[in-house]
Amino acid sequence: MGRYVLRRLLQLVPVFIGTTFLIYWLVWSLPGDRFAGKCGERPCEPAYIAKMTEKFNLDDPLIVQYGKYMLNLLQGDFGITSKEVSVGELIANAYPNTLRLAVVALLIEAVIGLAAGILTGLRGRGFLDNLVLVSTLFLISLPVFVTGFVLQIVLGFELHWIKTTVSASPAPWGHLIAPGFVLGSLSMAYVTRLTRTSIAENKRADFVRTAVAKGLPQRRVVGVHLLRNSAIPVVTFLGTDLGALMGGAIVTEGIFDIKGIGNLVYDGILGKDGAAVTGVVTLLVIVYLISNLLVDLLYAVLDPRIRYD
Amino acid sequence: MSANTTKPAPGRTGPVPGAPLLEVDDLFVEFRTRDGVAKVLNGVSYRVEAGETLAVLGESGSGKSVTAQTIMGILDMPPGVITGGEIRFHGENLLRASTNRRREVRGSGIAMIFQDALSALNPVFTVGFQIEEQLRVRRGMSRKDARKRAIELLDLVKIPNPKGRVRQYPHEFSGGMRQRAMIAMSLALDPEMLIADEPTTALDVTVQAQIMDLLKEIQVERHMGLILITHDLGVVAEVADRIAVMYAGRIVEQSDAISLYRRPGHPYTQALLDSLPRLDLKGTELNTIKGLPPSLINIPSGCPFHPRCPRVQDVCKTEVPAQHRPAPGRLSACHFAEELLSGE
Repeated sequence: MGRYVLRRLLQLVPVFIGTTFLIYWLVWSLPGDRFAGKCGERPCEPAYIAKMTEKFNLDDPLIVQYGKYMLNLLQGDFGITSKEVSVGELIANAYPNTLRLAVVALLIEAVIGLAAGILTGLRGRGFLDNLVLVSTLFLISLPVFVTGFVLQIVLGFELHWIKTTVSASPAPWGHLIAPGFVLGSLSMAYVTRLTRTSIAENKRADFVRTAVAKGLPQRRVVGVHLLRNSAIPVVTFLGTDLGALMGGAIVTEGIFDIKGIGNLVYDGILGKDGAAVTGVVTLLVIVYLISNLLVDLLYAVLDPRIRYD
Repeated sequence: MSANTTKPAPGRTGPVPGAPLLEVDDLFVEFRTRDGVAKVLNGVSYRVEAGETLAVLGESGSGKSVTAQTIMGILDMPPGVITGGEIRFHGENLLRASTNRRREVRGSGIAMIFQDALSALNPVFTVGFQIEEQLRVRRGMSRKDARKRAIELLDLVKIPNPKGRVRQYPHEFSGGMRQRAMIAMSLALDPEMLIADEPTTALDVTVQAQIMDLLKEIQVERHMGLILITHDLGVVAEVADRIAVMYAGRIVEQSDAISLYRRPGHPYTQALLDSLPRLDLKGTELNTIKGLPPSLINIPSGCPFHPRCPRVQDVCKTEVPAQHRPAPGRLSACHFAEELLSGE
């Protein structure tokens, strides 16, 4: 196990360098004058250009720029934006909002998705099963921004049940329920279907029959033997989804005006602010890599048949 | 069905003193599927006393496993429907018993061993856990005591290094060891009756013999009733006291093991015996039973075996042969059982 973890950690290094370099290269080699529009209506002062060129090492070849950027990053320095604001500070302000949103979304998809999946998986064909299948297909077919705008208009503008925008930072948990649902809706549908299939498949498994033949109470047969085995694919999905939720928050944060990192990236791209974009995306890469590693390790705990050496 | 089975007083529940350990009485089961109604069991009756081994023989689809599953109450319903008959354990009709009572009987009254131990054991729990959970849930034992007992049980079924093995997962066991673990698990609650559903089919020949020996040894030691479901006549000869041969959801012959081998009382049994490979007939072609097992949705008229029977007469095509006693201690459902037995 220890060797496996070490190997996986080492594998993360090239993936990390590869992805971040790609991002850096994409962002910093955008065509066009880097300083156009940065200083209002006028062209930028030569002094400002010189300062920024020095700050971002713009005279160096790209690979050297990237190297210097990474060295700073590893020391916790995310650099500054073209408006000389600390990117680290921006992230520190925005990240808790995104994290909260992702947690709400994950909770919603786990609780509702698992419950609906377990219920329909156990019961089999019937009205409830059809209802769940149709509504999950509905959610899967709808793009997130449609779900978002519909909820915002219906629940917010028409019924006044929710706040249409969550501009406050840090965002209150209560205000994040509707955005969380929007963000998690697609995955919730997948979790439901995954759980349903998994349960229905294992329900007839030999080991479940054995558990019944051992005279265990129905509660235990389902709760221990059936659920434990059916949870393996679902937990894997939920784990990898946490990373995806952070990155996928851009649309949802845009709709509900949540001051999260999605917002930050969006503004960064519009303003051609390379430092902000690379900083946030690098952070997302790290979160994604770590959550994937955790899922792989968790997988070994859930399914002992996975051997790691 | 037969004269000497003890029927409990009508309406009575709970065990009846002096009643046989297990009686299956005129059991009918159907599978209602989209393709039609498959009559899987058509009046199956047998009984097993404590300390006795009954071998149930038959081809795939003859209903031997379905009978066992119905006894255990683990038949998939739907599609299975029990349409008639009784299963009496100590005289108590289990088919009328409450869900709780049935659960009580499982494991401690009647336990079961399955054919494929790898899929029958839960892959994500250790072998120890799977033995211990019965002791903890059903007997209220502490974790520590249950672990101790699990190690004893693994030792009892002759698994080497039980202390280490108890912590391993099913996939870390070899096929034979897995089946031993399965046996240990079935013994955890000291059942009075054990049903072994083709316990050796998935194993190597040498391991088969070891497992059969072990089962026999445990059965004798604990004076358990044993139902051994198999299609392997070779396995049966050594361990069975009595044999029931099933065909198309019926018992076509029942007899003590020795008499049955000496002189079968049903052409189907004869055909099964003839299809065994024999060393003295080396080089000759192996006898097979011509034709296929009957479709249970559309069971042939008269004797269900008649389309494949080498001795078929006109009467076999129209009249269902009644189960009768062609000789003392023998039951046969063939119109010509007497002639078969008298050596004609």
